[in-house]
Amino acid sequence: MQKMLTIISNVLRGSARRNATSLVVASRSYADFTPEATFDIKKVDLHRLEEGPPLTATLTREEGLKYYRTMQTIRRMELKADQLYKQKIIRGFCHLYDGQEACAVGIEGGITLSDHLITAYRAHGYTLTRGGTVREIMAELTGRRGGIAKGKGGSMHMYTKNFYGGNGIVGAQVPLGAGVALACKYLGNDQLCVSLYGDGAANQGQIFETYNMSSLWKLPIIFICENNQYAMGTSVERSAASTEYYKRGDYIPGIRVDGMDVLCVREATKFAADHCRSGKGPILMELQTYRYHGHSMSDPGVSYRTREEIQEVRSKSDPISMLKDRMLSNNMASIEELKEIDIAVRKEIEDAAQFATTDPEPPLDDLCSHIFANDQPFEVRGATPWTKLTSTS
Amino acid sequence: MASIRCFLRSGKSAVSVVLRREFSKTSPAAVQVNVRDALNQAMDEELERDERVFLLGEEVAQYDGAYKVSRGLWKKYGDKRIIDTPITEMGFAGIAVGAAFAGLRPICEFMTWNFSMQAIDQVINSAAKTYYMSAGAQPVPIVFRGPNGSSAGVAAQHSQCFAAWYGHCPGLKVISPWSAEDARGLLKAAIRDNNPVVFLENELMYGVPFDLSEEVMHKDFVLPIGKAKVERQGTHITLVSHSRCVGFCLDAAAVLAKEGVECEVSVVL
Repeated sequence: MQKMLTIISNVLRGSARRNATSLVVASRSYADFTPEATFDIKKVDLHRLEEGPPLTATLTREEGLKYYRTMQTIRRMELKADQLYKQKIIRGFCHLYDGQEACAVGIEGGITLSDHLITAYRAHGYTLTRGGTVREIMAELTGRRGGIAKGKGGSMHMYTKNFYGGNGIVGAQVPLGAGVALACKYLGNDQLCVSLYGDGAANQGQIFETYNMSSLWKLPIIFICENNQYAMGTSVERSAASTEYYKRGDYIPGIRVDGMDVLCVREATKFAADHCRSGKGPILMELQTYRYHGHSMSDPGVSYRTREEIQEVRSKSDPISMLKDRMLSNNMASIEELKEIDIAVRKEIEDAAQFATTDPEPPLDDLCSHIFANDQPFEVRGATPWTKLTSTS
Repeated sequence: MASIRCFLRSGKSAVSVVLRREFSKTSPAAVQVNVRDALNQAMDEELERDERVFLLGEEVAQYDGAYKVSRGLWKKYGDKRIIDTPITEMGFAGIAVGAAFAGLRPICEFMTWNFSMQAIDQVINSAAKTYYMSAGAQPVPIVFRGPNGSSAGVAAQHSQCFAAWYGHCPGLKVISPWSAEDARGLLKAAIRDNNPVVFLENELMYGVPFDLSEEVMHKDFVLPIGKAKVERQGTHITLVSHSRCVGFCLDAAAVLAKEGVECEVSVVL
């Protein structure tokens, strides 16, 4: 492949929080589209580290299209869930991830499916990147038997291979993640565990207990704080004495990363994964990101922040737009191609929503099943002393 | 005096090796083992049998166990499998549950069950409920164990019995044995079980010796979890108990027997 240095454009993205310039170095080949390009990415803030992730990231056309499609799928899926919730087809809790897509997709880009991941309740995006299908996820939200947890988990309890949910209790997933990392070290399989939590959870005591034990025992764990600025309705300034979450691990090295840029997240994750796999123990990543929706569907999301703020982030830092602009301005894809992906994604979501709305609910017997594993079936008392249900494993 | 024992069928089918004896037998090579040693041997045998089993808790390794239940295990198995934790119950209970998610078989010791309240969220919400919420995708093969209930003069904060608390939580198997045989067989069964088990011991029982037969000392001796047991046959009244109070029931039965009242003492395990 011939490489010619051509500076095509400087795309300035000014915003109150960010000041990154993308300097594009394109390589020409004989194909219509640029197969690969290298972008400047924002420098990360370092804590107890001499060096951080690289300042440039190389994106291939394939990767770009994959990240675009996955982020768009998450975005559309969450918006569809919003719609279905307002139609009362989805009930209970529903915490939407739109705005934060670059985190889930970037992280997955830096690890493999044989690594492990655990997160809190804003988990739909991760369920997808960890191998779940939109169909299964939506059917789980509507509580049908075709759901990824057969309708028994709901929005906050979705599981796939090497993905441990989906956890409802704030902060509890962090020690669980360290346990998974302990197992990785115990079994000597060179795998690691990514343990995510939010800016609200970052103040939980059990997280500090976990920092201590992970460091003592040098567990292969990447702690990731998804800082979307608000813990439910409490902003970071109102809940934390120190809002530098990447430093809160104290003796644990930390980096603070632009969580709206999928390439930043990916490079940071790769850097963190290398750190873990080399046996140095835990590392902490703070991803600065933003959620467009409120905390959950019952929160309009505007009583504690302004509509202008949401609008500004949407227009200046949207992760999908950022990737799209990068790819288009470097001739890595055409507008038509991306539109086709949009249409395909829309169709996939529609089909999934259709399935999720029409699939039957779990049978009554399932109410009492899966209480114990590997046990013989036994009888369980129902709502009255004389109704009996059979529990199977 | 060898008591007549038999296992009550409670309508559930047997899951593992069951000792059924209709008649009392004087055990041939009976050995005297106290509850502490019975638990110690049970853990030792299970650690040897399955590489995925490991023990973690405060003072379980170099201190040989706060109550010496894990004496000798660290010397034998080392740092990888017998892990001393800092005094952070919520953290290490969560770590134990996470290790169980990922395929290991942890034994998580609470120095006493009173301290489990620091970690009760991990026991209930992370361990007990996960198999159900994942519709069978994620089993949690973990044992939480430690001394429960009354001790000698340790005051209210260190004397609570948690049997009723944990017993009411679906997804948890709760065991509260009395004799050394039951402690041994049930701990082995608990470690081999793929479900979260809460194993309630009693500090004052640790030093009490019992006669154990050769059969009971076999390394694959396990008792079925969930079956009650008749410790003493009787015809007039049934006394039901668990853990240390079984001993009091048996004492009471002996007193009443002199007055012609035959008590059946039944143990809910």
